[in-house]
Amino acid sequence: MKTFLILGAGTGGTMVANKMAHELDPQEWRIIIVDKFETHYYQPGFLFIPFGIYSPNDVIKPKRDFIPHNVEYVLSDIELIEPDKNRVTLQKENKIINYDYLVVSTGTQIHPEETEGMAEDGWHENKFDFYTIEGATALSRFLKFWKGGRMVLNITEMPIKCPVAPLEFLFLADWFFHERGMRDNVEIVFATPLDGAFTKPRASSVLGGMLDQKGINLVPDFNIGWVDNDKQAIVSYDEQEVEYDLLVTIPTNMGAEVIDRSGMGDELNYVPIDKHTLQSDKWENVWVIGDAGNAPTSKAGSVAHFMLEILIENILRHMEGLEPLPKFDGHANCYIESGFEKGILIDFNYDVEPLPGKFPLPGFGPFSLLKESAANHWGKMAFRWIYWNILLKGGEMPFESQMTMAGKWA
Amino acid sequence: MSLLETVSLNEEGFLTNPEEWTKEIAVEMAKGEGIEDLSEDHWMIIDFCRESAVDSGSAPTLRQITKGTGISTKVLFGLFPKGPAKKVAKISGLGKPEGCV
Repeated sequence: MKTFLILGAGTGGTMVANKMAHELDPQEWRIIIVDKFETHYYQPGFLFIPFGIYSPNDVIKPKRDFIPHNVEYVLSDIELIEPDKNRVTLQKENKIINYDYLVVSTGTQIHPEETEGMAEDGWHENKFDFYTIEGATALSRFLKFWKGGRMVLNITEMPIKCPVAPLEFLFLADWFFHERGMRDNVEIVFATPLDGAFTKPRASSVLGGMLDQKGINLVPDFNIGWVDNDKQAIVSYDEQEVEYDLLVTIPTNMGAEVIDRSGMGDELNYVPIDKHTLQSDKWENVWVIGDAGNAPTSKAGSVAHFMLEILIENILRHMEGLEPLPKFDGHANCYIESGFEKGILIDFNYDVEPLPGKFPLPGFGPFSLLKESAANHWGKMAFRWIYWNILLKGGEMPFESQMTMAGKWA
Repeated sequence: MSLLETVSLNEEGFLTNPEEWTKEIAVEMAKGEGIEDLSEDHWMIIDFCRESAVDSGSAPTLRQITKGTGISTKVLFGLFPKGPAKKVAKISGLGKPEGCV
């Protein structure tokens, strides 16, 4: 009996388990998936919790509901991965699992403690993250009774999970304060280490224009060094100060600690992979899906989805002694909530930045690209249903893995 | 004629052909970034970035520089004010650092 082991039952790992359960012969293979938590979070939904659009119940379901019954689900933290010995040690009873193939899908987590003064006095009192369920719900409670003041949103350093989420947060906050009749009492500031609103030039210019229109102040090239809790200010390494009444931070993002403990990661604990085949640089039976790897594309569920079919095909090829195909192009596709029940859609890959045009989506689209529309907002809201009911189970989606230029204005 | 007029630069001021890089070009580029004199520490970081780019094919990120050279982020910001990773990449004749996706 051979073992196919998946570490992490988030978006990527769950999709791989569902696909592999169909592909592998149960007489020959056993499939095991390990995760330390019982609850699956719909992470794109965290963004809506601070504004009371979603409640925590809207974004949680038991992980077990999404794991096929012929896949063994082990609830445990992982102590160590030893890829030279093809084995993994679990924290639960120090159990050892020997594997033939390993898929790493241990994801990305936030680390507010990486910034001096952040995760201390006032953490989750007037300094919040919204990348965890705890942060998002604490911020929701705070905003319910806030009378206004200066709200500062700060990105600590790149890369981060879902790089458009901070912008969406700003747009939704602007809308939220408008709706509550208190927009005039709130100054919104966006302090970012980037030189503009976003990472890619054309999208950055469109999104930067929207910040202007909404009266959101951009502080570019701001690299946070520490938080001065007495002054209630964030201070950059070159000693610029930005004072806040409410601080919303996107802390340093890092891969799982077990990747570091196992000596498998780069300086941020991401596993180095071939960005086109998704195979580990070092171990040919180790494969990585989603934001656990170092592929220079967005760390987002849509990307994990676009990786899926290519990853599965390459693993199956490898099992037959064939070379993996360099087919993954870095495709990412993001609905950006822009407030007032509108949204923007961007679609891009390693080589092509987000462009304006139309996104042809059979049965749903077309959606406007790099331009606000109501349809883009409803596309985003419909996505939660699609995520729980189709995507996680590895069902057919009307999206191509590789990006197409059809409809784009180059 | 300035030395920088002899090489091709992209719209953001990065060298488009890394082969054209010389130490003299680096000195000129540093001046353009507001750094009048390149000290030994500056050169140590520039050398590290150029070596790192040979191995990985792209300019190192801030964290790769601090981890690789042992220089703290604070000191790095002192040497290359504002965005050190971007500035060093430019002065070292490399492309804009990845990681911004």
